[in-house]
Amino acid sequence: MAENYRLEMVGISKSFPGVKALDKINLKVRPGTVHALMGENGAGKSTLMKCLFGIYKMDEGEVLIDGAKVSIANPDDALHKGLAMVHQELQPVPARSIAENMYLGRFPIFKIGPLKVIDHKTMNAEAEKWLKDVKMTFNPKAKLGTLSIGQMQSVEIAKAVSQNAKLVILDEPTSSLTDNEVEALFRIIRDLKSRGVSMIYISHKMAEIRQIADDITIMRDGTYVGSWEVADISDEEIVKQMVGRELGNVYPPKDDYRTEETVLKVSHLSSIHERSFQDCSFELKKGEILGFGGLVGAQRTELMEAIFGMRNISGGEVEVLGKKVEIKCPKDAIGDSVGMITEDRRGNGIFGCLSIADNTAIASYRNYTTAGVIQRKKVASVVKDSIAKLSIKTPNDRTQIQSLSGGNQQKVIIARWLASNPEILIMDEPTRGIDVGAKYEIYQIMIDLVKQGKSIIMISSEMPELIGMSNRIIVMCGGRITGEVEDSEATQEKIMAFATKFDINKTENNSKQEVKS
Amino acid sequence: MTAKKINLKDFLINNGIIVVLVLLAIFTAIKQPSFGSFDNLKNIALNVAPRFIIACGVSGCLITRGTDLSAGRIVGLSACLAGTLLQKPGYSGKFFPNLPDFGIWWVFVVLLICILVASLFGLINGLVVSYLQVPAFIGTLGMQLIVYGACLVYTNATPIGGYRPAYTEVAKGRLFGFMPYLFLIALAVGLVIWFVYNKTPHGKYMYAIGGNEQAAEVSGVNTKKTKIIIYVTAAALYALGGFLVGAKSGGSSVNMGMGWELEAIAACTIGGVSVNGGIGKVSGVLIGVLVFEILKTCLQYLGVNTNYQYIAQGIVIVVAIALDIRKYIAKK
Repeated sequence: MAENYRLEMVGISKSFPGVKALDKINLKVRPGTVHALMGENGAGKSTLMKCLFGIYKMDEGEVLIDGAKVSIANPDDALHKGLAMVHQELQPVPARSIAENMYLGRFPIFKIGPLKVIDHKTMNAEAEKWLKDVKMTFNPKAKLGTLSIGQMQSVEIAKAVSQNAKLVILDEPTSSLTDNEVEALFRIIRDLKSRGVSMIYISHKMAEIRQIADDITIMRDGTYVGSWEVADISDEEIVKQMVGRELGNVYPPKDDYRTEETVLKVSHLSSIHERSFQDCSFELKKGEILGFGGLVGAQRTELMEAIFGMRNISGGEVEVLGKKVEIKCPKDAIGDSVGMITEDRRGNGIFGCLSIADNTAIASYRNYTTAGVIQRKKVASVVKDSIAKLSIKTPNDRTQIQSLSGGNQQKVIIARWLASNPEILIMDEPTRGIDVGAKYEIYQIMIDLVKQGKSIIMISSEMPELIGMSNRIIVMCGGRITGEVEDSEATQEKIMAFATKFDINKTENNSKQEVKS
Repeated sequence: MTAKKINLKDFLINNGIIVVLVLLAIFTAIKQPSFGSFDNLKNIALNVAPRFIIACGVSGCLITRGTDLSAGRIVGLSACLAGTLLQKPGYSGKFFPNLPDFGIWWVFVVLLICILVASLFGLINGLVVSYLQVPAFIGTLGMQLIVYGACLVYTNATPIGGYRPAYTEVAKGRLFGFMPYLFLIALAVGLVIWFVYNKTPHGKYMYAIGGNEQAAEVSGVNTKKTKIIIYVTAAALYALGGFLVGAKSGGSSVNMGMGWELEAIAACTIGGVSVNGGIGKVSGVLIGVLVFEILKTCLQYLGVNTNYQYIAQGIVIVVAIALDIRKYIAKK
């Protein structure tokens, strides 16, 4: 095996406190090829790339570029060694020109005495040249903000090329592109390939991998599964390799508490944004745990946030407990007996500097007032009960919530909704970033709730959790509901197939492979 | 009770400014014994009263991560408004020469007018901050100029004096001959504000918005309404403050209240109201105002040139906020 590789990553391991994020990962990219890197959410793809770029320091393993061992200190260093990354979420400066964005941090300058002045003429000319190189004819002086996301991505790629990148990493580059933009991107990729530039292509979209990639490496739960040439592996096999893990005994025994009564009926709900959720319809039964599966970007969170009044809709109806409701803000939703535990616990869940008591009671003060004054004793007893019931580990209820562990913080937020006592509780990634013990307790709470006749919608990106906890699972992909399975028939393969079922409602189906369902 | 280890460094970060000022006060009292006299202490207390009322107003804005730079000018407008409506019948430079000589109830009506006018400006502040989502710093900065302009237009920049005794009595009078009304009014305001902050949903929502506005919204808090109430209440308190200051000084001009908003913000911060929002107590606001007032008096007693006094006050404000931020960083 005397094959040359542009990049070799050998035996890369990385641990975070309590978790082994990467365990002896190998990745070998040949010159002038596109190498697909695949894996479920949380498989460790991003962590691996962060190790490559020196954002994280790897514990073990080595990196070779063109056969020579290198050590990369930071992203800037990576750039000097020929590695460039086009991020999933671009971070440009939209109010400045295209050229300025391309040359940010490395402006061409000339000196007037001790004074450094930016050489705009050279910068613009150079920028134009490199843009032409990727077949883009933008005016380099135009504001970056006037471009579409796809065009900004092309600018990013032009920037990478201008820095003599030998290897470009594309992290979910098509997640926010239109079909035409995807075509344009693929043209650029093919062109770069013919010039000997290698690319690592991170994506979930099977059809794209077929179209553009030469090799594929699959990761699962931070471990290395294997590498194949794309031509040698079937779609079914890829899905199987991505999810092939056993369900552990980490879920409490569950019974079916479902009744015939429909508590929530969502009909043809569509976002005001074309690329977000569209035409989503489903029903939730009393006593049901309804799982929502899908990949990152499937718009599950957006759909639920719309039902909870945090996002705007362009059409569709929501019926709660048999009557049509108009929910404009979370306050309305709570009034209609809907609660929501959001995904971003820090961002819109906890009040870090407030006490556990305040964090628990905030959504239900209006239920516990006489003549506009809070019933102190009543609130105190509700808080005390919740702390005991959810076994929240804390010195007392005046402790600031930010001093608790993630699992206990999450339990406080659950306590908030138990206090407000909604009929329907939406839980978005309820166990993210929580240790196994606390997870089990949260699962137990969920089962207790449905036992009492409450209904739960759970969004989860962990398939074992979906299958382990839900009575029924709805799967979304690209903003649409693509499938539904009863838990008795649910397998990870089935869910993954629905979750990667792109282009379902589009007339032109450019995927050659039929995705089996 | 668990035994708490007292960490000297943490203690100094949390209370540094207060410690320094207590030391300064002791030093001043030793150098100038009259500093510790009853008269001087009473004087400080009377100066603190209106400033405390104003700082209470600003504190609500600060706790929700906002601010109110229009505070001082609203104080000034209110003082001028009250002054023009409460001049002596026979006074030669009367603003409204034909204003009839109403009874004592008129004083209360005027107070109400001041509060209503100020509340209108507060309402605009609240709407701009909540609905238009203009940063409070900018929105209320604009309001500062608007109110100043309105005051200039209204008074035509003429100083106002010759108040009715019934009005000045509000500031100078005492209940049972020993308890100044000014003191009682400030006490009442403090108690009401404390009650609202701690015992009502509105108060809890205010802290929640300061702690995490998005989380507050998700928890069903009407954040816009809450903020509007805060800015209106604040303006009403400035009006009360201005009304009292006018009575206390027995005259008023457009320059009344200039820069008071900064003093109030500084006092709140010294008293532990976090500029990062979500934290702040009424008792802290009182301590902050007291400390700031003592600082000013100490400097006067030590014979520091007035010009230098501004520099000292400026330093205290910056140090107070730097220490406040340190508390926040330390927790990360």
